[in-house]
Amino acid sequence: MPTALKILIAGGFGVGKTTMVGSVSEVPPLETEERMTRASLGIDDLSGVEGKISTTVAMDFGRITIAPELVLYLFGTPGQDRFWFMWDDLALGALGAVVLADTRRLDASFASVDFFESRGIPFAVGVNCFDGQRDCTAHQVRAALDLDLSTPVVLCDVRQRGSAKQVLLAVLETARARAEARLTATGP
Amino acid sequence: MPEPEWLDGEAAGRHVRPYAITGGRTRHSQHHFTLITLVVALEPDEVEHYSLQPESTHILRLCRDRAVAVAEIAGRLDLPVSVVKILCGDLLNASLILVQAPPGKDEQPSVELIERVMDGIRQL
Repeated sequence: MPTALKILIAGGFGVGKTTMVGSVSEVPPLETEERMTRASLGIDDLSGVEGKISTTVAMDFGRITIAPELVLYLFGTPGQDRFWFMWDDLALGALGAVVLADTRRLDASFASVDFFESRGIPFAVGVNCFDGQRDCTAHQVRAALDLDLSTPVVLCDVRQRGSAKQVLLAVLETARARAEARLTATGP
Repeated sequence: MPEPEWLDGEAAGRHVRPYAITGGRTRHSQHHFTLITLVVALEPDEVEHYSLQPESTHILRLCRDRAVAVAEIAGRLDLPVSVVKILCGDLLNASLILVQAPPGKDEQPSVELIERVMDGIRQL
């Protein structure tokens, strides 16, 4: 019986998450959804009865068979819904995550960066350069997002499989460094 | 006080129908599945299970040849993930499927495992 692992691909709406899933997945991206219930926020609820809001959150995902007994699923987080963090199951046990960023809307990446940092999930930032447009350096993005030095920033074009692979490898490199650090910490 | 909005047709079906399949349950009482819990059908032969929902039969068919993650079953059957989890819980109780949970959250991935994944990605 094989084991499955997952990597999340987060980022703002329209930044290229589904495109990235599609360029490395062995199947066309699939979509699924979950109904989420959360406490209603704000004071617009005057009835005082309904304290919960139910929303349907959809996400795309793809699959990469690493070996017959090892399958990697890539999940694009629901970008249109900033409450995807409520979907605990999505992030739980993730090997790592990609935060796809668009330099024109870097602020759309803050929430994801904060989330993965606070959960201790290894991640890399992929700066999706549409049409080869590189108006920012990795250094500028790192400064703008206030990233830890151990978090890689990769300029990429996720429509290209080779480029998307580099982003995934950067995530896994971070995860490996963490795993090695754990080994050293526990020691023989 | 305004009347609650009554959903009809397509809009209602989208919300009501999935949970009709589960008998109104929104979670399984005994089993916990994650998005990437893998499911494989136990019986290789085409067996008719008259007591099963068509959706459950569909799950068995989908997981006959290889292990499929809960999320993928949901995507292929166009059902919410929570509904698939409940149906899989029932199939597990009926000993019709085998499941493999992913490594737990306290079980950190090893260097070897991560390197295997990296090798797999490089070979894409």
